[in-house]
Amino acid sequence: MSEEIEFDTAGITKKFMYVNRKAPYGTIYALEVLEAVLISAAFEQHACIVFVDDGVYQIKKGQDTEAVNMKNFSKTYGIIEMEKEDADEDEDMDMEWRIIVEKESMEARGLSPDDFVVAVEVIPSDELAVIMAEQEIVISG
Amino acid sequence: MKFGILVNEGPFTHQASDSAYHFVKAAIEKGHQVMRVFFYYDGVNNANKLSAPQSDDRNLVKLWGELATEHNVDLVVCIAAALRRGIVEDNLADGFRISGLGQLTEVGIAADRLVVFGD
Repeated sequence: MSEEIEFDTAGITKKFMYVNRKAPYGTIYALEVLEAVLISAAFEQHACIVFVDDGVYQIKKGQDTEAVNMKNFSKTYGIIEMEKEDADEDEDMDMEWRIIVEKESMEARGLSPDDFVVAVEVIPSDELAVIMAEQEIVISG
Repeated sequence: MKFGILVNEGPFTHQASDSAYHFVKAAIEKGHQVMRVFFYYDGVNNANKLSAPQSDDRNLVKLWGELATEHNVDLVVCIAAALRRGIVEDNLADGFRISGLGQLTEVGIAADRLVVFGD
């Protein structure tokens, strides 16, 4: 195995965006984006966690995966919400997290903010495009 | 410029890994620095040394390894994604190393640009 390499990231805060585009269980992208988001919390970076297209189903309440024999990871999104609240409350921490649902995707699927397991900001696609353009790192799945 | 690269798909089903390979090669030839290539999702399959494509086809696993050796490029495979897909030290191809997802966040912070190859 090659030697572990580390970069000095001390004191640098960047804007990360995680774009969730896929339904939660048809592919592994939702679960693995979630894992990436959770790891990034340790680095105290800004993060927008965005749900668009069928990705909005990832945070829908009342998921039951028993029949498809897959791990129901929808409760884990609560950790993202906790990280966001911690960041909001801690004035010494320069870290802002946002949980965003694209308005058009939500409405096209007959959903409303009450249907989600976490509190979200609902933002129309034209405004979301502006936020996306402001990001420094965009990771999607 | 200092680049970080994220490869999200395996070596054959999708073109993403080929495109990433050509991008990294071209960037280095132009004098840029590639700080790290991080392999995530099915991208971890790029590090499977048991991969044996037909002899008249490109062997991306080998090509990545050669690039790493020639230009000292850090090729990192996500451990969580790798274990799920049966990529372990025993079948890890030359030039790659297995590490945590934090290495992706880290290169995102440290590089000027993180370029993502996937679907």
